[in-house]
Amino acid sequence: MSALPLAISRRRRRSVRHTLDLRVSPYAYVAPFFLLFCAFGLFPLIYTAWVSLHEWTLLSDTHEFIGLDNFSTLLADGYFWNATFNTLSIGVLSTAPQLVLAIWLAHLLNGRLRFQTLFRVALLVPNVTSVVAVVVIFSQLFGRDFGLINWVLSWFGAGQIDWAAGTATSHIALSVMIMWRWTGYNALIFLAAMQAVPRDLYEAATLDGASTFKQLRSITIPMIRPTIVFVVIVSTIGAMQIIAEPLLFGASMSGGAAGSTGGPDRQYQTLALFVYEQGFGKFDFGYASAASWLMFLAVVLVAGINFLITRRMKGGLV
Amino acid sequence: MTPRIRLAVPLLAAALLTAACGGGGNTAAPASTKPGEKIKLTIGLFGDFGFKPLYEEYKKTHPNIEIVENVTQFNDHHSNLVKRLATNAGAGDVEAVEVGYISTFTAQPGKFVDLKQYGLDKRQADYLDWKWQQGLSKDGAQVLGLGTDVGGLAMCYRKDLFEKAGLPTDRDEVAALWPTWEQYIETGKKFAAANVAGAKFVDSPGEIFRAMVNQAPVGLYDAQDNIIVGSNPAVKKAWDLSNQLTQEGLTAKLAAFSPPWNTGFAKGSFATIICPAWMTGFIQEQAKDASGKWDIAKVPGGSGNSGGSHLMVPKQSKHPKEAAELIDFLTSKENQAKVFKEEGTFPSIPALYDDPSIQNFTKPFFGDAPIGKIYSEAAKALKPQHLGPKEGDVRVAIGNGLGRVEQGKQTPDEAWAQVLEDVKKIK
Repeated sequence: MSALPLAISRRRRRSVRHTLDLRVSPYAYVAPFFLLFCAFGLFPLIYTAWVSLHEWTLLSDTHEFIGLDNFSTLLADGYFWNATFNTLSIGVLSTAPQLVLAIWLAHLLNGRLRFQTLFRVALLVPNVTSVVAVVVIFSQLFGRDFGLINWVLSWFGAGQIDWAAGTATSHIALSVMIMWRWTGYNALIFLAAMQAVPRDLYEAATLDGASTFKQLRSITIPMIRPTIVFVVIVSTIGAMQIIAEPLLFGASMSGGAAGSTGGPDRQYQTLALFVYEQGFGKFDFGYASAASWLMFLAVVLVAGINFLITRRMKGGLV
Repeated sequence: MTPRIRLAVPLLAAALLTAACGGGGNTAAPASTKPGEKIKLTIGLFGDFGFKPLYEEYKKTHPNIEIVENVTQFNDHHSNLVKRLATNAGAGDVEAVEVGYISTFTAQPGKFVDLKQYGLDKRQADYLDWKWQQGLSKDGAQVLGLGTDVGGLAMCYRKDLFEKAGLPTDRDEVAALWPTWEQYIETGKKFAAANVAGAKFVDSPGEIFRAMVNQAPVGLYDAQDNIIVGSNPAVKKAWDLSNQLTQEGLTAKLAAFSPPWNTGFAKGSFATIICPAWMTGFIQEQAKDASGKWDIAKVPGGSGNSGGSHLMVPKQSKHPKEAAELIDFLTSKENQAKVFKEEGTFPSIPALYDDPSIQNFTKPFFGDAPIGKIYSEAAKALKPQHLGPKEGDVRVAIGNGLGRVEQGKQTPDEAWAQVLEDVKKIK
C-alpha cells in the first residue's frame, strides 16, 4: 500500500540529490582555488590596506591609527619617486629590446633548422637557472676592476666603467640580467604562436618574391599580434615587480648594507626593493604597506592601459 | 597566479608576521630536561667565530649535547634576529650580536633570558667593565649577553707596497708617520705621488670613518639615546677627513665586505686597512698568498673600539639552561685566548692582556708582528662609548653618503645634507 508514496519520495529525493549535484558541485570543484586565493591573495591584500593606515612597526606592540598619513608622506618622499623612475627605466630598457630579440629568435627557429629541438630547449636554459646564480655571475662580469666586460671594452679604448655606480650604467647592467633570463622564454611563446600561422601565406609570399624579413614584417608580426600584446602585458607586470636582481646586485657590488637601498645613491632601487627596505630593513610595516598599495595601483594602471590597447588592436586585426 | 596575487605575496609574509606577532607573546615555560636526553643547541653567528674546535671539546664533557652552527651574512643575521624575536619563532638557542646592534636587543629585555638565572653574573669580575655593561638590560638589572671579543684598533699595511712607494716599512717607523689622521692622509699623498701600479693607499673611507668616530668619547648617540650626528663635532670631523681621503684620490673605492673588496685583498689593491683585531683573521683568509707581506702598526688618532660581539639566549629557546652553560664555556678565559690565537678576535677579559702567552704571541703571516702586544695595549687604552638602539641604521645612512661622494655623485656638503635628512627619518 505504501509502496507508491515511498517510490515517489525516493524519486523526489533522488531528484533533489541530482539538482544539488548539478547546482552545487561545480562550486565545490572550484572552491580550492578560491579558498587558497582568499587566504593567500585577498586576505593579505585587504590586511595590507588596514596596516597601511597605521603607524605599525615590528618592534612596537602598539599600532596607532593615523589615517592616510603614510600615503601623504609617501607621495612627498623623493626616494619613492626615485624608485618609481628606476622601475620604469629598467622596465623599458629590459622589455623593449627583449621582445624584439625574442621575436627574431623565434623567427629563426620557425624556419628549417637542424637540431631544432636542441635549440628550442637551449632557449629555456637561462630561465631555469637560479636568479641568484645569474646575478652573482653577471655582477662579476660587470665588475669595475677585474670584470670581463670592462676587459673587452678596453680593447676598444673604453675606460674602466664603474657599472654599479652610474644610474644609466647600473640600469643597463640589470636589464642585461633580466633579458638573459626572459628572452628565451618569450621567444618560445612567440614560436608557438608563429607555428599557428598558415604555411600557405608564406608560400604565396615566396612566390611573389618577398624576402624573409618582409615576410616577418608583413605576415608573421600581424598574425601573432594578440600574442605580442599578451607577452607585452606579462613582461610589463613582471618588470614592475623586479626585486631580486637589484637586491643581489647591490649586495655583491657594495656589501650587504647597501643592498636594500639599491646602491649608495639609490641609483637602482626599484619599487619592490623600496617596499622591502621599508618593511624588512626598517621594519616600518605601515609605510611599506602604503608603498605596496601604490605599487599595486600602478600595476593596475599599466595593465589597464595595455587592456585598452589590446581591444583596439583586436578591431584592427579582424 | 594572477599578477595581483603575485604582487601580494611579499605582503602576505608581512601580514602573517604581524598577525603572529599580535597573537603570540607568551611562550610556555620550557620543560626541564631529563638527564641523558639528547639536546640539540643551535647557535646563530654572522661569520666564522672560530668556535668549531671548541664545540668538539664541549661534546667530550657534554655527550648529550649536539651543537648546530648557523652562519649568515652580517646584516641579514641581525635583521633576521629582529624578525624572529618579534614573531617568537625561529631564533636559535644562542645568538651572536655585534656591538653595533647590541643596544637594539638589550632594549628588549623581555625577549631574552636573564643569564643571572643561571648564575652567569659570577662572570662580571672577568670582563672589561664596559664590555660587561653593554650586555646588560637598560636598567642594568638583567644580564642578557656575555661578551666574546673586543675590536681594539690598529692599522694593517702592506710592507711590499710601502717599500715600492719609498716609505719606511718597519712598524715603529710606520706608526711614527701617522700619530694623527691628518698625518695619515699626508702619508697617503706621498704614497699616491709614488704611483705604485694597481694599488691605492686605502680600501674605502667607510671603515676609517667608523674607527674615527669610535675614537671619540661620544659617538653617534648621546647618553640619553638621542641621535647627535648633526651636532657632534667629532662626527663631522670624521666625515670631513674620510671625504678628504676620497677627494685626494687615495681610496680604491672598494666597499667593505663586498666581493670586489675580497678580490682587492688577493690582488693587493690597497696598501693600508683599518685593523680591529678581528680583521687580522679576515686578511689572512682573503689574502692567502700574501703571507709575510702584511704588517701591523699603531692606529692614528689614539685608541678606540670597532666591533666585537656578545652571545645572547632568546627567550624562545627550549633549552635556556644548556644554552647559558654553552655561552659560559665559549666565553671562558681559556677559550677566548684559544680563539684569539686561531682567528685573531681579541679577548674581552683583561686578565689575559698581561698573560705571557698572549703578550708574546706573534703571527708569521704578519711578519711576526707582536699581535698580542699590539692589541693588548689597544684594548687596555679603550674608553667605552655609548651606543644607541639604531646604531646600525645610522651607520648605513652615513656609509651611503660616503659612497655617494666616492662615486662622484655628490659633493661632501650635498651628501652630508642628505645624510642628516636620512638620519632624521630613523625612528
